[in-house]
Amino acid sequence: MKRFFALLTDPVVRRVVVASLTLGGAVGVFALSFGVASVSAGASVWQTCALSFFVFTGASQFSAMSVVGAGGSLAAAFGGAALLAARNFVYGLALSSSAKKMAGSLPRRLFAAHFVIDETTALALAQESPRLRKIAFWTTGISLFTFWNLGTLIGALAGNAIDPQKFGLDIAFPAAFIVMLLPHLRTKLGRQAAALGGVLCLISISFLPIGIPILIAACAVLVGLRND
Amino acid sequence: MPYWLVYEMTNPQPQHLWLMIVALAATAYLFKMFGLIVVGSRQLPKVFDRCLGLIPAALLAALVAKDTFSFGQTLVIDARVAGFTVAVIAAWRRAPLIVVVVLAAGATAVVRAL
Repeated sequence: MKRFFALLTDPVVRRVVVASLTLGGAVGVFALSFGVASVSAGASVWQTCALSFFVFTGASQFSAMSVVGAGGSLAAAFGGAALLAARNFVYGLALSSSAKKMAGSLPRRLFAAHFVIDETTALALAQESPRLRKIAFWTTGISLFTFWNLGTLIGALAGNAIDPQKFGLDIAFPAAFIVMLLPHLRTKLGRQAAALGGVLCLISISFLPIGIPILIAACAVLVGLRND
Repeated sequence: MPYWLVYEMTNPQPQHLWLMIVALAATAYLFKMFGLIVVGSRQLPKVFDRCLGLIPAALLAALVAKDTFSFGQTLVIDARVAGFTVAVIAAWRRAPLIVVVVLAAGATAVVRAL
């Protein structure tokens, strides 16, 4: 701990730590809405908290509970969520070359793997030196994990206490999805994939079991086969 | 797959949600772990990388469509469209998530109460 505070005298390190704490706060609010939405979709407070603690990758958790809440099968809920989790595989590969310097021995890398998510990858890769990369990865990982689980617990308890339909909280899922979707619309390919995904889903909703249209929508990523 | 597992996965009971949680946790962890353990930084083909990167765009858009315009297996237009519209405007104006959700939920609740 003493060593950690000594690090903070360095202004560059301080900037990284402040960034990761700010990000943590923002993510905590996201977790709050996950907690509320998840219990209103039918999960218990414990199940909601377990999702945040053990799955710990936001979009997948939201997706799984959105399908369960709509009455989809567990397999369909799992399928969509697993597809969304696949991007963490890409993040892992991106961090691969600095993994040993960042996390060290095999057991520590196995532990660090739980923290390989959007934000930790983005902040770690934004740093130039291996030392800052290590600091960014761990502070962001620990800050996000703490805020994410705290926010989920508070949200789940609050969601359990009110009638979600009455307060229009069934919109919490799509609202969160819209916020998550926005950064992906910056590129032309992203916009094409989103438009095609939405259309494929709407077309197939009436004749496929609940949740399966989400998997069908994944075919929209094939627009990436073209190069531009 | 054993029969009981197939049954569980297609006829969910609330308490059986645990099964999906465990499966999802394991899957997500394996995805995250791969790059950190299998070091040696082999590069994926560019096309593969690009398609994987488009998964969130396609799936999140599909989830928005499903959560706004469907109930079960029927397409419907109801109070949620008001919330959706408000959410899109608020998110586009870069409002923080909590503001987006509260405004959208408020709009949905008001239209539903009319």
